[in-house]
Amino acid sequence: MSMRLYVSRDAGAVAVGADEVALALEQAAAKRGVAIEIIRTGSRGMYWLEPLVEVATPQGRIAFGPVTETDVPSLLDALASNTPHLLRLGATEEIPWLKRQTRLTFARCGVIDPRSLDDYRAHGGYKGFERALSLGPDAILNEVTASGLRGRGGAGFPTGIKWKTVAQAKADRKFIVCNADEGDSGTFADRMIMEGDPFLVIEGMTIAGLTVRASKGYIYIRSEYPHAVEAMNAAIAAARRGGYLGTDIGGSKQAFDLEVRVGAGAYVCGEETSLLESLEGRRGIVRAKPPLPAHHGLFGKPTVINNVLSFAAVPFILAEGAKAYADFGMGRSRGTMPIQLAGNIRYGGLFETAFGVTLGEFVDDIGGGTFTGRPVRAVQVGGPLGAYFPRALFDTPFDYEAFAARDGLIGHGGIVVFDDSVDMRRQARFAMEFCAIESCGKCTPCRIGSTRGVETIEKIIRGERVHENLALVEDLCNTMKFGSLCALGGFTPYPVLSALKHFREDFVPAPTTLQAAE
Amino acid sequence: MTAIFEPWNETRGAEIIAEHADQEGATLVILHALQEAFGYVPEAAIPMVAQALNLSRAEVHGVFTFYHDFRHKPAGRHVLKLCRAEACQAAGGDALAARAEAKLGVSLGNTTADDRVTLEPIYCLGLCATAPSAMLDGRLIGRLDQKRLDALVAEAQR
Repeated sequence: MSMRLYVSRDAGAVAVGADEVALALEQAAAKRGVAIEIIRTGSRGMYWLEPLVEVATPQGRIAFGPVTETDVPSLLDALASNTPHLLRLGATEEIPWLKRQTRLTFARCGVIDPRSLDDYRAHGGYKGFERALSLGPDAILNEVTASGLRGRGGAGFPTGIKWKTVAQAKADRKFIVCNADEGDSGTFADRMIMEGDPFLVIEGMTIAGLTVRASKGYIYIRSEYPHAVEAMNAAIAAARRGGYLGTDIGGSKQAFDLEVRVGAGAYVCGEETSLLESLEGRRGIVRAKPPLPAHHGLFGKPTVINNVLSFAAVPFILAEGAKAYADFGMGRSRGTMPIQLAGNIRYGGLFETAFGVTLGEFVDDIGGGTFTGRPVRAVQVGGPLGAYFPRALFDTPFDYEAFAARDGLIGHGGIVVFDDSVDMRRQARFAMEFCAIESCGKCTPCRIGSTRGVETIEKIIRGERVHENLALVEDLCNTMKFGSLCALGGFTPYPVLSALKHFREDFVPAPTTLQAAE
Repeated sequence: MTAIFEPWNETRGAEIIAEHADQEGATLVILHALQEAFGYVPEAAIPMVAQALNLSRAEVHGVFTFYHDFRHKPAGRHVLKLCRAEACQAAGGDALAARAEAKLGVSLGNTTADDRVTLEPIYCLGLCATAPSAMLDGRLIGRLDQKRLDALVAEAQR
C-alpha cells in the first residue's frame, strides 16, 4: 500500500516552496522505490509552518513543518522507519493553534483535495444545498436571517435582509455576484477558501440563486490571485459535470450557472457598485446609492452581491441550522469570523473563531508577537481603510459594534502587526497616497482630498508649521469622511486620524531645549 | 520563465475580439485576452474593440486607462513585482523595494534601459502571513529577504 502525503497547493505555501517540496518528495520516493501518493490540498492556514507536509496514518494525519527540499530525505527516512524527526509536529488536529479554533467555514480547508467534487461531498459538501432544496426560498431566508450572518466583506450588513430584498424584487432576470476582489492588505481568507475549498463558494452562491430565483452568477476575482482564478474555474467545471451547475441543478429543475471574471488591478472595484460597473465592462466608477444593487444591480437587474466569506458561511447554516451558527459570537455579531494575522507577526495565518476574542489575544497570545522579536507598537485592523490601534486599546473585542465604538472597523478581519520601528507619519502618508492612487475619481473629497492629504502630511514630516498642518489634516479627514461617495474616500480618514490620535508623538516633535541666542 | 508573446497582427487581434465579443460586458475580458496574446494592448486594437462592442473609441480608451493592469506598450522581458502594501511594509518591504530600485537602476513602475526588467509595485498578493512578498513573471515568492531579493534580481537580469 502506498503512503499518502498531503502538501498544500495554496499560493501562500507555493510562495515558500511547497511545489519544490512536493517534487522532491516524488523524486526521492521514486529513487528509493517507495510508493507514495501526494494529495495537493489547500492550506491549514498556519503559514509559519508552510510548507507543511502531512502523512496519513491510522491515527489520523501527522504533520511536519516547515519542510524544505533538503529535509526531504531525512523526512522519508523517519516515515519509513517510524522514528522521530526534528520537524515532527504531531497530529495536525492537535496542534494547539489549530485546535483552539472554531472552524465552521474553513472546516475542510487544508483537509480535502480542492479539485475533487467527490472529496468535497465525502466531507459534508452539498448537505446545505440539499436541505435548501427541500426547504424552499422562504424557509432558506428564515434560516439565513436567524443565523445573524452579516456581510463579511466589511460593511456587516445583514445577509438575510439583502437576500430578502432581491427575492421580493420583480424582474425578468436576477443575478448573484460574489465579490472576490480581496484587495485589503493583511487579508487572504477569500484567496485561501477559493484555493482550498472552492466548492463551498459555489454551494453558497447556488443556495443564494435558489433563494432569490436567479439563474446566473459571477465571481469577480482580482487579477493578483491567478491561483484562485484557476481553482474556481476548475471547480466550476467539475460542479457542472457533477450536475450541481447547469440547467437542472441537483435534480431541482432549476437552472444556475457561474462564470469567473477577472479584475484588472483596481482596488476600488472591491466597492460593490464599482465592481458591478467593472463586470459590465466599464471603468470601475462608484455608483451613487440608492438605488441599491438589490433593486438595480448588475445590468440594471436585482442582484445579490456578497463577499466570498458570506457565501462560504451559508452552506454550514443550511446544513446545521441557523441556531448552530448563531450560538457562536457576541452581541449582534453572530457566528465565526476568519481572522487573518499578518505583517510582522510570529505565528501568522488564518484563525477562525467566534466573535468576542480581544485584539490583544490575537496579537500577543495567538500571534505570538512580532516576527522580529521587537515590541508590538501598532496594529492596523481591517485593511488600508482600517484604524491603527495602540497597545492601550488591545482589550477591544472582535465585534462590529465594539470596533466602531473605538473609531475603528473590523473590515474583512485582517490584522497587520508593526513593531516599534514603525514611523506612523509614513503610515498616515501612505493611507492618503493609496487613496490617491486608487480613487475612482468620481467624487471630489476622495479624488482631491487624498492628494492634498499626502502634500499636507509631507509638510508635517518636513516640520513645516506642524500644528497648523495637523489641524488642516484633521479638517480634511472630516470632509473626506462625510463627503465621499464610498468607503475608499470615506474610510481613509480612519488610519490617518487613528495615527494622529494614538501616536501623536510621531507627528509633534518633542520640545527641544532652547538655545541661548548668540 | 519569460512569457512569449505574439507580435501585433490585426487579423489575429480581430479573431481574439470576435471570440469574446458575445459575452455580456465583454470589454475587460477582451482587453485581458489581447494583453495575454500580445503582452500589451496595442493602440490600433482600441477602435476595433469599440466597433465590435458598439461603443465609442473614447469609452474603450477610458476603460483601458482606468485599470492598472493594462499596458500600452510591452513590458521588459521579465516583470518583477514587489508588494508595497501595509503587511509587507511592516515586514521590511520598504528597504527591499529601495534595494531593488538601486540594484536595477530604475524606480518602481519603470523598465531598465536594456528592456530586460520591468520593476513594478503591486498592492497585495494576499501572502500577508509570509511577508514581504514578490512575483517574478507570475511566480510567487514569500518571506523575501535581502538574499532572496538579490537572487531574484540576478535571475531577472539574465
